[in-house]
Amino acid sequence: MTTTTTANRMQHLVPASAVLALAAGVTFLSFTQEPAEAFLFPRVIAVAMLVLAVWNFARAALGLARVGSGVSLRPFLNILPGLAVVVALIFAGLTLLGFYAASFLGFLAIYTIYDPVPLTHGGGWLRRIAVSAAFMMVIYALFARLLQVQTPQGLLF
Amino acid sequence: MEFIAYFGNVFEPTAFLLLLGGTIGGLILGATPGLSPTMAVALLIPFTFQMTAAHGLILLGAAYTSTVAGGAVSAVLLKIPGAPANVATSLDGYEMAKRGEGARALHLSFLSSGVGGVLGVLLLIFLTPLLSRWALAFGPSHLFWLAILGVTVIGSLDSRSFVKGLLSGCLGLWLAMIGYDDIQGAQRFIFTDSLAGGINFIAAMLGIFAVPQVLDMFAKGRSTAAVVSIKVSPQSVGDSMREIGRSGRALSIGTVIGVIVGLIPGVGGQIAGLVAYDQTRKMSPHRRKFGTGHSEGVIAAEAANNAMVGPSLVPLLTLSIPGSPTAAVLLGGLLIHGIFPGSDLFDNHPDVAWTFINSMLIGQIMMVIFGIMIASWAAKIARAPQPVMAAAVVILAIFGTYSVQQSMDDVLIMLVLGVGMYFFEKFGFSAAPLVLGLILGPIAEANFIQGAMIAEAGDGALPYFFGGVMNLFLIVLIVASVGYSFWSNVVHARDRTEAPRPDNPIEVTP
Repeated sequence: MTTTTTANRMQHLVPASAVLALAAGVTFLSFTQEPAEAFLFPRVIAVAMLVLAVWNFARAALGLARVGSGVSLRPFLNILPGLAVVVALIFAGLTLLGFYAASFLGFLAIYTIYDPVPLTHGGGWLRRIAVSAAFMMVIYALFARLLQVQTPQGLLF
Repeated sequence: MEFIAYFGNVFEPTAFLLLLGGTIGGLILGATPGLSPTMAVALLIPFTFQMTAAHGLILLGAAYTSTVAGGAVSAVLLKIPGAPANVATSLDGYEMAKRGEGARALHLSFLSSGVGGVLGVLLLIFLTPLLSRWALAFGPSHLFWLAILGVTVIGSLDSRSFVKGLLSGCLGLWLAMIGYDDIQGAQRFIFTDSLAGGINFIAAMLGIFAVPQVLDMFAKGRSTAAVVSIKVSPQSVGDSMREIGRSGRALSIGTVIGVIVGLIPGVGGQIAGLVAYDQTRKMSPHRRKFGTGHSEGVIAAEAANNAMVGPSLVPLLTLSIPGSPTAAVLLGGLLIHGIFPGSDLFDNHPDVAWTFINSMLIGQIMMVIFGIMIASWAAKIARAPQPVMAAAVVILAIFGTYSVQQSMDDVLIMLVLGVGMYFFEKFGFSAAPLVLGLILGPIAEANFIQGAMIAEAGDGALPYFFGGVMNLFLIVLIVASVGYSFWSNVVHARDRTEAPRPDNPIEVTP
């Protein structure tokens, strides 16, 4: 199996630096926090993590990191609207509007954003609304009725 | 032959309905491009909370079996493998479908999956009790090394870069330590109130396995690329069964390779299918026909990837070391019911263990029956719109995560881990070792602390953790798995500098 490599050295350096910083922070905390007994195992893991993170960073810095396709601009821009809907749903929508109402709107928004059917197509809207409503009915039956999960009600439902 | 005593449990109405639902649902999820078996099983875990352990495992086991087999549908009809395990199936399956033999290819897929799957589960039935007896002799130091072995094996073998694989495993072990320490009651790595309760591993699993797949679907944008529509003409099942009967070589090579690969922790179905395909091609007098729509290619690949399922549970159920990423998620499903693999499972919960294993056996047969039944309308399932699937997975992941502890913090953690994993995966980090670190972290730590206490009362930590045949054996396995992975990375890097061989038909660029 071969893997196409498109990520350049700078791209590899970003996650390698992030992981190195995290490993250094975990190591620092593991050796400075009290009680020491509670950090015995974390110290072992932190040292292993730090060694591997330094190795990984060195490979990225020397241009030896070749695994991974990296992130290109077009797919990244494609992700943003959908991710924005998910973030809005989790940070505000679910508690503000209620789980089911917000999820219906979230489902509809994601479907609409990524549906290749033009927005001006009336039938497309009808299908999107019907599919979103049907899916939420299944979710309601599963979680509210079958599993009896209590969800925040919010302004709507 | 203890397993026979528990066969009746599988046919209890609730258990049988769950098996049925898991099989049909798994086939549909597997047939849908972009939904991996691991994610399907992870999405189902929240539903198992209110079930008994046996019922929960029946559902998860049925989904595991049938998603792997269901992946053949989109591999054959769209040349898009429903799961990584079905990559090899698409090489000849799609060519058959283009010739109008889609139904035949699907029948052969499900029949060979069934044969391989049944033999794989039989191995699970006969090997697991023996290994679990052996596991009885394990003390804290051995269990500590076993947990570390689980992480290093998956980290080094399941990853394209062994440094990043091991680093992912360490990150998982660290994530498991966030929250309150069980023994000292001390706070560890709690940077925000959301982390006070630690990282719920179901939230982590859903985030790590589901969110990256959703983001992958988002990344395609408003894709209007037309999927080539292939008509599935009716085909006699009897003809397909006779063809399976005549394809003993492909079937046996696929099954044997699948079983061996399944037993090796961390390897997984994709490799089983590809290795079986390649070996069958090499041993076939019709090797030139491979890649042009030759049925032996489909049979070998599908027999292998389902034969892998049962054996991949052997190290899981006996030693807590999952044989595949999906088995790692199943381990989580066991632990949420307070059941630990090994002797605890077979001595204290034999009903759970054997009902689950028996259901896998019946599930393989049901998978064949329903797989063949859906073959005629499989094309519709395989063309399920990606925006609908993406939206559905997002909502299911949110509800599934929230339902565990009714906590919005868990939902937040799920999102953060998922988005982080998506970007880290783009740079070669792996999800499976991270999740395994998260699951095995508490087991490793508890046995490390217990071992340290015993060592303090005895000869000290060094002889306790590094002395004895079993400790040394496990340490050698850890070093060997890391060493092998390092060596294969070096060889792979060297190969990359050479020109690709044009006659190698199984090179796949994901």
